[in-house]
Amino acid sequence: AASMELPPSQYPAARAAALATGYLCYRRGGPGLGLALRHVRRARRQDIDDVGHKYHLELVLEDVLDKDSTVNCTAEVLYHLGNKHIAPDVQFTIEGELKNTDEADNTFYNRIKSLDKELVAENIPDSHGNVSPEMEPIHLLAWVASGYVIWQNSTENTKFQLACIKHVKQVKRSDEYLEFDYTILLHEMVSQEIIPWQMTVLWHPQHGVQVTQDSRQLKPTWE
Amino acid sequence: LQLDFWLAPRGVGYPVDVRVPFPSLQPLKAHLEANGISYSIMIEDVQALVDDEQMEMLRERRWLPLSTNTFNYATYHSLDEIYAFMDLLVAENSQLVSKIEIGRSTENRPIYVLKFSKGGRNRPAIWIDTGIHSREWVTQASGVWFAKKIVQDHENDEGLASILDKMDIFLEIVTNPDGFAFTQTKNRMWRKTRSKHSSSVCVGVDPNRNWDAGFGGSGASGNPCSETYHGPYANSEPEVKAIVDFVKSHGNIKAFVSIHSYSQLLLYPYGYTTTPVPDQKEL
Repeated sequence: AASMELPPSQYPAARAAALATGYLCYRRGGPGLGLALRHVRRARRQDIDDVGHKYHLELVLEDVLDKDSTVNCTAEVLYHLGNKHIAPDVQFTIEGELKNTDEADNTFYNRIKSLDKELVAENIPDSHGNVSPEMEPIHLLAWVASGYVIWQNSTENTKFQLACIKHVKQVKRSDEYLEFDYTILLHEMVSQEIIPWQMTVLWHPQHGVQVTQDSRQLKPTWE
Repeated sequence: LQLDFWLAPRGVGYPVDVRVPFPSLQPLKAHLEANGISYSIMIEDVQALVDDEQMEMLRERRWLPLSTNTFNYATYHSLDEIYAFMDLLVAENSQLVSKIEIGRSTENRPIYVLKFSKGGRNRPAIWIDTGIHSREWVTQASGVWFAKKIVQDHENDEGLASILDKMDIFLEIVTNPDGFAFTQTKNRMWRKTRSKHSSSVCVGVDPNRNWDAGFGGSGASGNPCSETYHGPYANSEPEVKAIVDFVKSHGNIKAFVSIHSYSQLLLYPYGYTTTPVPDQKEL
């Protein structure tokens, strides 16, 4: 199968890199750690007959809370051929260790568990771009969970990013998990659309982040 | 001494108020002290008060910043506040800065461009615009900051000074005022203009797809409901036509820079093709 080097800063590599970052963040992130793409070091594309297009990427990621903290990784993204949309296959390897968030995770977990009333919040970040320190873990949890939605819905012609949390509501559970019902806005770079998306997110310090249900929402008429 | 009595002498034992021109300050103090006459200062600098009052009278609302030095560059502002900032900047630096109205938006808002010039006639010029996509708030805020920086640094920054010696700078801070007003009142995510062309229920044209360069090609949409709707025809949007008319009639624009958020990308011509332009390496 033919393979060609791609300019790392141009959009085909950038789209695959955004997807890989979203997936990776979903697998490894949490309320104490969000990862974002810093830049693409190298990109190659392989066209595999009857299968699809496979991107080989060398990425530099940064910690959303501490931009100076970076980590290198390699990733492979396979976009499948065909009309039926199947989520791309993603594999990755991170060089070195990600920061340990046990303490922050437990603090957040206990804080939410001990609330009398379920947490409810809106517009994170606010329209001026600010996130309060108390809301940062809620924001990061959405960032990480949106990685799942981005992974499941991306194609070679889309590039998604979390724009903001419109609304979040905690759902009390009898088991040890924390559950949040989010309505987020996703920004799609190619069409420039802002798409509302609902997602149900489960989290536990030892069990990571899970999106158990998600659905694209109809845009309300703004006028 | 040119003393100006605001409370004239009435008789022995009664106080007088006198405005003292600066050069007469020391001689007067010496005279008073030599004659054992006590005095106190009621107003340190009368001119400052006069200036303030002038500023106040130029505005309707009393809570706007009094100068571009007290303007808060670290927060987002409303359209009125940005337009007031422009007037302040021009008033404070009338030698360097002037304001031009280049047209009106769909909703009849004035569209303003600031001109930075050290003189000459129709000098070659650089164009910068911010806020063409109204939701990209950091760009209008940056435009306000650029304006202030040019004024602050136009003499002490070598690069900027040498540019302004030979060239003018045109800066359009709120390129899409209708969209900007809409983001402040109704929908923070609004990107397009606020025009209605077709029978579609959807409003607005993406002004950055409305230019007459590869119009209607890939990267734009023919659907009025799309965020990248190119409009019924090139330059259909008054916001875009105003710029086109200005640039064409000026005839000497050498560089044209448009600021957007977000992406951390530097893009250069042309957006509708992957074929590089002849001077791509230089760009």
